[in-house]
Amino acid sequence: MEFETPHAVGEALRATNYLPDERIAQVVYLAIRLGKPVLVEGPAGVGKTELAKALAEVMRRPLVRLQCYEGLDEAKALYEWNYKKQLLRIQADADHDWESIEHDIFSEEFLLERPLLHAIRSPEPVVLLIDEVDRVEVETEALLLELLSDFQVSIPELGTIEASSMPMVILTSNNTRELSEALKRRCLFLHIDYPDPAREKEILEARVPGLGDHLADQIARVARSIRNLDLKKSPSVSETIDWARTLLALSIEDIDEAALNDTLHVLLKYQADIEKAAKEIATSAG
Amino acid sequence: MIGTLTGFIDELRGVGVPVSMVETIDAMQAVESIGLGDRVGLRETLRATLIKNLRHERAFETAFDVYFATVLPPGPDSDAAGGSDPLVDSAPRSAGPNEEFDIDALLESLLHALESFDRESLRSGARSAVDQLAGMEPGRPVGGTYYLYRTLRRLDMSALEAQLMEALSADRDLSDFERRLLREDVAARLEELREEIQEEIRRRLVADRGREAVARTLRKPMIEDVDLMHATTLELAEMEAAIGPLTRKLAARLARRRKRRSGRLDFRKTVRRSLATGGVPADPQFRHPRPHRPEVWLVCDISGSMATFSRFTLQFTHAMSAQFSRLRSFAFVDTVDEVTDYFGPGIDFGSALHKVTTEAEVVWMDGHSDYGNSFEVFLARYGSQITPRTTIIITGDARNNYRPTRDTSLADIAKQARAVLWLNPEPSSYWDTGDSTMSQYGRHCDSVHEVRTLAQLESFVEELSVPGHRAIV
Repeated sequence: MEFETPHAVGEALRATNYLPDERIAQVVYLAIRLGKPVLVEGPAGVGKTELAKALAEVMRRPLVRLQCYEGLDEAKALYEWNYKKQLLRIQADADHDWESIEHDIFSEEFLLERPLLHAIRSPEPVVLLIDEVDRVEVETEALLLELLSDFQVSIPELGTIEASSMPMVILTSNNTRELSEALKRRCLFLHIDYPDPAREKEILEARVPGLGDHLADQIARVARSIRNLDLKKSPSVSETIDWARTLLALSIEDIDEAALNDTLHVLLKYQADIEKAAKEIATSAG
Repeated sequence: MIGTLTGFIDELRGVGVPVSMVETIDAMQAVESIGLGDRVGLRETLRATLIKNLRHERAFETAFDVYFATVLPPGPDSDAAGGSDPLVDSAPRSAGPNEEFDIDALLESLLHALESFDRESLRSGARSAVDQLAGMEPGRPVGGTYYLYRTLRRLDMSALEAQLMEALSADRDLSDFERRLLREDVAARLEELREEIQEEIRRRLVADRGREAVARTLRKPMIEDVDLMHATTLELAEMEAAIGPLTRKLAARLARRRKRRSGRLDFRKTVRRSLATGGVPADPQFRHPRPHRPEVWLVCDISGSMATFSRFTLQFTHAMSAQFSRLRSFAFVDTVDEVTDYFGPGIDFGSALHKVTTEAEVVWMDGHSDYGNSFEVFLARYGSQITPRTTIIITGDARNNYRPTRDTSLADIAKQARAVLWLNPEPSSYWDTGDSTMSQYGRHCDSVHEVRTLAQLESFVEELSVPGHRAIV
């Protein structure tokens, strides 16, 4: 799939119901043109993971996802030898000399592919999503470096495996820790923030069918207002979508204070936040 | 073009944004593949390739405005290969301020542009506003803040805000709630206008004095290097926003380190397990490591001179409180009081701080710092609760208003505690000048740190958690 301009990328993403702003479209376009990974950063729930999914759909590629967590290691991210199968092989062939067996059991037949290896060995190109990369340890992060810069993986027993197709790599981070310079250097950087009211309104209209123009506009503006407050957890885009659905289900057409107070728990998840927002929003001072 | 780009990158490095060689090459390649066509595209391309940390965005925006401020929407004659640099301003200038200039007409057109939120007319409005109102004098080495201020003052932003409110409310009576939403809307639009004007002023400054000179006057320290004592309100807000991620990062690091430490060999369990393997201890068992529960007491000078700083240390520590099982905080001016309860979970930091300053009993005599008395009272009141696991962090400038230091009580505190650390927000060269008694108190502390910036605060906490370092916390 070739795109001529960032605008074309934007349009294609739009068609999958993901509404990108100019920055997102531009960075995605660059990533495709230059074949570089994108590191997407931003608060929780602004559609970082969603972007990768939409991109897979747009590029008509399968999505390979690696969910990162503390303690993720090579064996779960890259590859592992299927030692049970290797043991069976050795037992089944007890009469053969060791040399030939050894050669045999370290072949591709006994290799268990994990997401990263799968992504570069796949015959058709894929979109590789490395989700919440800030959760892995620094040592594991180093694993990614070879893959991201050269699209290859070194397995001691087999040698270097080069990518048979170029994956489009998206890394997401919630910024709980500073990623290493080496990793950042290899990526294009994209910070996604909460959308401005105009874009949020569009998102709401795309995701919640039947939502009136007036209500969508109001929701988006209330969301901005609440995000301006100093809260423990600001409402994410997915939460405003939930809120829009709630209002729709309750057939509320115009948000007033009473309606807001009744449904605020959909938007905010901490009691202290709910109380604060209810108090603040009723006063006219911005 | 390459000249402008390298100049731009030099400027970024000059402000302290790390840009590597690889990133420079990436940026060049990227720019080549998108062309110089539109400005937004160029900005996002450079941002994606050069800026890898959100904290550097502000510096990027400023530098970009200066270096590429003069790029206009593509014209047929803007050809990089030709002799003329396409980045040089070619916008037709309107004539300078003239006598019969009609400010009301300008205001009306601006109001109209704001109401319909039409960028093009907003931009041209900003352009003529700068033309007529900024009164720019060529050759003056300024950053443009003054011109911006002058333009905004003459436009009378608050009147504009009121008019815009009225125009947008469409003669309806608004509830408080609706009014709030509208006010935010208006504020966002006016901010847009302010940015347009600022951009226009920068554009002219650059045309007048050249990029390097303007960039130099606009240079601002990165937010993590801003002096906490002398920060502007805007910088303070930015710092507060930076504290959240900082503490999360540090908390993650502390937690990780703790996990890795494994306990001693559990001999009993290992032998019991070895029965399954015929007495061979194939599977050694370990005791669970004893959870490390440091106790941190924060003692803050909250006198007038320390107000900004103590706000930060308190906020920072309380953001960290999830990490420390027992965190207590105390505040003092000339006597000391415990303020831990003001900062319970779920309590908003701002209101807690307000309570501290109004309700806590920290003033005994005249409201000027008295470290000696504060430490004496502290020892008498809380001394019996200090254990060998208590780490005490004192924040203050040690300026004692020429009162007796009475540092024996601090010595007694230090004897009982695991460690006493002192954070001083003054540059170390100022210590012991005037009424500062840093070294007299400092000799009883395990260490004294100069913490003037966020970066220094960060490295202080990091030092505490580095393995191999003397365990203080």
